[in-house]
Amino acid sequence: MPWEQVLTGSFLIALLTAGIRLAVPVLLAVLGEIITERSGVMNLGIEGIMLVGGLAGFVTAQTLEQATGIASLAAWVGLLIGLLTGAAMGLLMAVLTVTLKTDQVVTGVTFVLLGQGLTSYIFRRATGLLGARVTGLQSWAVPGLSTLPVAGDILFNHNAIVYLTVALVVLCWLLLFRTHWGLELRAVGENPAAADTSGLRVQTIRYLAVMVGAALAGLGGAVLTVVQLNIFTEGIMAGRGWIAIALVFFSRWHPGGALVGALLFGIADALQYRIQALGFKALPYEFLLMLPYVLTLVVLVWGSRQSNTPAALGIPYSKGKG
Amino acid sequence: MKNISTAWLHLLNRSRLKPLAPIAGGAIALMLGGILLHVSGANPLQAYGVMFAGAFGGTRQLTETLLKAAPLLLIGLGMTIAFRCRVWNIGAEGQYYIGALCGSAIALTYPALPSLILIPLMLAASIGGGILWSGLAGLLHLYRGVNLIISTLMLNYIGILLVQYAARVPLQQPDGFLPESAQFGDNAQIPTMLGTRLHWGFGLALLLVGAVYLLLWYTPLGFQLRAVGSRLSVAKCVGINTSRSILIALTMSGGLAGLAGILEVSYTYTRLKGDISDSYGFSGILVALLGQLHPVGVLIAAVLFSGLMVGAQSLNVVLQIPASVAQVIQALVVLLVLAGQAIARAKRDDAIPLVAHDG
Repeated sequence: MPWEQVLTGSFLIALLTAGIRLAVPVLLAVLGEIITERSGVMNLGIEGIMLVGGLAGFVTAQTLEQATGIASLAAWVGLLIGLLTGAAMGLLMAVLTVTLKTDQVVTGVTFVLLGQGLTSYIFRRATGLLGARVTGLQSWAVPGLSTLPVAGDILFNHNAIVYLTVALVVLCWLLLFRTHWGLELRAVGENPAAADTSGLRVQTIRYLAVMVGAALAGLGGAVLTVVQLNIFTEGIMAGRGWIAIALVFFSRWHPGGALVGALLFGIADALQYRIQALGFKALPYEFLLMLPYVLTLVVLVWGSRQSNTPAALGIPYSKGKG
Repeated sequence: MKNISTAWLHLLNRSRLKPLAPIAGGAIALMLGGILLHVSGANPLQAYGVMFAGAFGGTRQLTETLLKAAPLLLIGLGMTIAFRCRVWNIGAEGQYYIGALCGSAIALTYPALPSLILIPLMLAASIGGGILWSGLAGLLHLYRGVNLIISTLMLNYIGILLVQYAARVPLQQPDGFLPESAQFGDNAQIPTMLGTRLHWGFGLALLLVGAVYLLLWYTPLGFQLRAVGSRLSVAKCVGINTSRSILIALTMSGGLAGLAGILEVSYTYTRLKGDISDSYGFSGILVALLGQLHPVGVLIAAVLFSGLMVGAQSLNVVLQIPASVAQVIQALVVLLVLAGQAIARAKRDDAIPLVAHDG
């Protein structure tokens, strides 16, 4: 099949619409990880946290939907549970890496294996989950804007989570760069000793940052299972947690960069689904799936010298020793 | 991210083998796993009994456990070298896949070669593939300052996807429908040794336990690697080339991961496919850590991890309890050992923050 038959107008509109939708779970996790890393802690366990959040959210939504029959209520409560489950895992991560100062790389990798094992075990043990689906959220057309040609379909005909996530990008940027909290958070990530001397509570701020970051990862997982795919299967995150960590570096710890990176990922992901569905041979879908990883490497190769990596990233802080 | 604290490593450097923490951690992890089993409606004691019998209860079971331990042992040994030099290679999974790809390419290109030539060629190609894939991250680190954690992580998925592509398109079995290569001939399957089902790859891994031990503690190179790992500034002062040491440690661990890849493909799968690993690349990191970065400890940890996995498979067959409980217990052991070591360190108050040479 030649390119001309694939690259039609309606195909591109559908592609971009799906790309935005697919970007959302990853974008939530990236925003969370930016907050965490800005405080000087690296949480490599995102993939595991997304899986656990995704399963917890899905089980909640499915149970509630069957009990009450109100799909949207069930979906929202499911998302909330996904968020809270993520926060709880963040608390555990913070106890280990902030208080006990365990190695962040090894702790993160272990969290991924824990999340994979735990969700796989629960999923297989609870046979009722097999093939069960939820309804998720209806899309909500923005009045006036959704009727615009092209842009209306692509941008203004999504479910509420998509709009909320875009708002969160702005909120994150405001929080990090325009509020006192953001300044404190970044101070702790750049120079914890100085922040400590000037009266900031380094450990408390890092606890909050790790928990907020993990909560957003858990929410991202729940968005994928409850709202987008309406199902849970083993390994359903398919590396999205690792992509999120890559995109944090790609974004240079900036919410705007996160938006761009997540959209690139979403569109590449949407394209590979369609190429597989069409049986299009000229571009192997594996190369599209590689794209976020390759792009991140490229960005690091060209940009690492003037990187704005938080200076204290990965280093635990102990009073009087920093 | 210039720095990743590795205080635990520092602690381990001081006290060679401290088996107590892993044993205590293992016991608590089994208890927590027991609670998980109980809550999900299974009988923990019965389940653990089945697991133990399935992993160590007879010659056949023990053979299976040792076979599955081989890739974990090889990757764990490589990680021991890398982590001793404080090189953060978390790309073993990708190096394993690329090693499998290179070895398979040889097996599929020269199917007529006699075993005696073909198998050494396959092993060499797989080691070369692992060296190349890890060396790529190393060069990006040394010349462009790219953080090793992130580059090795990125190369994991690029490597896995390359193998999936290779198995689906260029190396796919002619006239085949599945995304996998043709089955290897008998001459490309690694032979078993001494009349058992254990293949020579396992014997090689055992030899490497001794070799890595000798390398790290009885050769100048090993001294250099450990010096770079423990005190960068000191190592520089006495004239050790740190860049070279980092590259050597990194590519050694990559080569061993690649070797593990072709052994699994040649013996267990007998063809190249898109899915040829049980998360060995990540479990191998945990095995190295649990083995206290000592080759003998790594051997014990690899056999125990593999025993958990093999035992969990019979748990699935006998009691229909999902085998993933093994992974939960593995992760819990490591988290508990990490926490235990951290608490012991805090008590002794000797937490000297170390600065890793990263990024």
